Amino acid sequence: MTKAKAKARKTKYSEFMERNRKSNGYLLKRTVMKYVVGFCRFLLMFGLCFLILQPIFNKISISFMTESDLYNPTVVSIPEHFTTNNYILAVQLMEYGKALTNSFVISITIALLQIGVCTLVGYGFARFDFPLKKFWFACVMMVILIPPQTISGSLHLHFRFFDVLGIFKAITGSTINLRGSKLPYYLMSAGCMGLKNGLYIYMIRQFFRNIPKELEEAAYVDGCGTLKTFIRIMLPDAKPILTSCFLFAFVWQWTDGFYSKMFLGQTVLVSTGLARIVDSLGAFIQRITGATVTISTAYANCILATGTLLIILPLIILYLFAQKGFVESLSSSGIKM
Amino acid sequence: MKKQKNKLAGLQKRKALSGYLFIAPFIVGFLTFMVQPFCRSLYMSFCEVELAAGKIDPIWKGIANYHQAFRIDPEFTRLLWEEISRMVLYSIAIMVFSFFVALILNQKFKGRAFVRAIFFLPVILSSGVILGLESENSVMDAMNVAIEETAQGISITGALEQILRTAGVGTRAYEFVFEVIDNIYDIAIASGIQIIIFLSGLQTISSSMYEAADIEGCTKWESLWKITFPMISSLLLVNWVYTVIDFSMRSDNEVIEKIDKITVESQNYGFGSAMSWIYFVIIMAIVGVSSLIISRRVYYYD
Repeated sequence: MTKAKAKARKTKYSEFMERNRKSNGYLLKRTVMKYVVGFCRFLLMFGLCFLILQPIFNKISISFMTESDLYNPTVVSIPEHFTTNNYILAVQLMEYGKALTNSFVISITIALLQIGVCTLVGYGFARFDFPLKKFWFACVMMVILIPPQTISGSLHLHFRFFDVLGIFKAITGSTINLRGSKLPYYLMSAGCMGLKNGLYIYMIRQFFRNIPKELEEAAYVDGCGTLKTFIRIMLPDAKPILTSCFLFAFVWQWTDGFYSKMFLGQTVLVSTGLARIVDSLGAFIQRITGATVTISTAYANCILATGTLLIILPLIILYLFAQKGFVESLSSSGIKM
Repeated sequence: MKKQKNKLAGLQKRKALSGYLFIAPFIVGFLTFMVQPFCRSLYMSFCEVELAAGKIDPIWKGIANYHQAFRIDPEFTRLLWEEISRMVLYSIAIMVFSFFVALILNQKFKGRAFVRAIFFLPVILSSGVILGLESENSVMDAMNVAIEETAQGISITGALEQILRTAGVGTRAYEFVFEVIDNIYDIAIASGIQIIIFLSGLQTISSSMYEAADIEGCTKWESLWKITFPMISSLLLVNWVYTVIDFSMRSDNEVIEKIDKITVESQNYGFGSAMSWIYFVIIMAIVGVSSLIISRRVYYYD
């Protein structure tokens, strides 16, 4: 059996050399080049993938270490005293269970609301001609370009003394204080002014522009109204781009610190919980021991790593299942200017 | 004839109306949550804002806040300059890196889907708060400094830098290159979206172009610059704008942190608005000028 195999290999080899001789050595050169390039590419890709994944692996190994392991120079990546206490502590500090539910509810509702509204607006920009269309689209570009931090100060005050055209003041005699409630953020999302909403409008518009017009016209001829055409004909087609926008909205809302800190300060969320975790650790230890203790920096780092893993764990699970939704639809939508 | 024209106009009017209905949420949101705060923040940047019980009192102070930002505040101009030079350097590096990676990922090899998945992972894993944590973290900083001190000359870039310095080759230009190489991790995790955009562009180039070039005796290197580069140059513009904007809004940006601290913590709305306006105008100028330069060289195939 092996003999036959060896023989087959030998004939294959001599055949290759024969063909190589006929091509004046070109075939051999090309084959060698192919393997060299493949090898270099493998090395490069391996290195870069390692570069991206290494911090995550590092965090995983740190999160299982006890404090003495952190200071032990002989312990590099495999903990000597395996422990899950860090997880228990981090869960407690972040109020993980509560934060997880809150974050889920808020991220999903916000993402649904944002994508719903952005779809309407994107469709409007892609398919209708109306006066001042260019001007309004320039406004969308402005929304993408203006950093939300520029207006954060006055937004603060805007919601502190909230009023629509002075109506509330006329009725009740004073403005409404909306600070600390979730309502402002939902209102902003309904008005396409949430996190990166300009980008979603832009992407959805690009997608709708590429759908052939005949489809829509056929629907009109058959007696569909504008709204019905949109819901029955266009929306099913736009599923891939809407999924990917929804996933992005969800993920970015999940990890967002800026809007969460500004509008949802009182709500327990995973993102704000993570940002505060070292301070909470200090407060926690102080409550137990009754004295102000400076936490060892390595241990604070360890808790931080554990907290980070806890916050990205749901995202990794999501990514494993919906990887296609993230990447493929975005690359096929053809973003162009 | 006339009647028909009228009817057409009516149809167009109806379409325009429904178009406006579709984008109505945006218009309302834009006017209430963008234009109004925007104008107010511009106004506040010229004022001393006092928060009295139940109402705000802006007192006109002229350009005092701007004067404070540039002349009095000890760190603002330094932070601004640092962040902007870092932004320009990194944006260029991110563009080169993502273009290069997209070229490789566009080739066919085993495990391509897996590698793509990994390169895209940072988009979801290092956004928002997670990004800021590592740079904010004093431990990491201290550790990095310690490592740099002990490893002086041991790391490859350090050794190379020293060789070049002793050889007397212009050091200033190399410093940038070495800074980029030392921070390749930051660049790799910031270029997920850009890689995807470049990839989508690369996939639209028809292979017949390369075949034709190959037959004419074009090398791979030449066809890269004569075919690939012009064909995706329009995406270059998109990516550049996206990168600059993304970088200027990152949560670990020190200027943004400073503005946040002044407005939210010490409630100095006037000074905070002034600083954010300075930052905003500079970013706009950079985006405007650079995209104007790039858009002149963009090649449109159709």
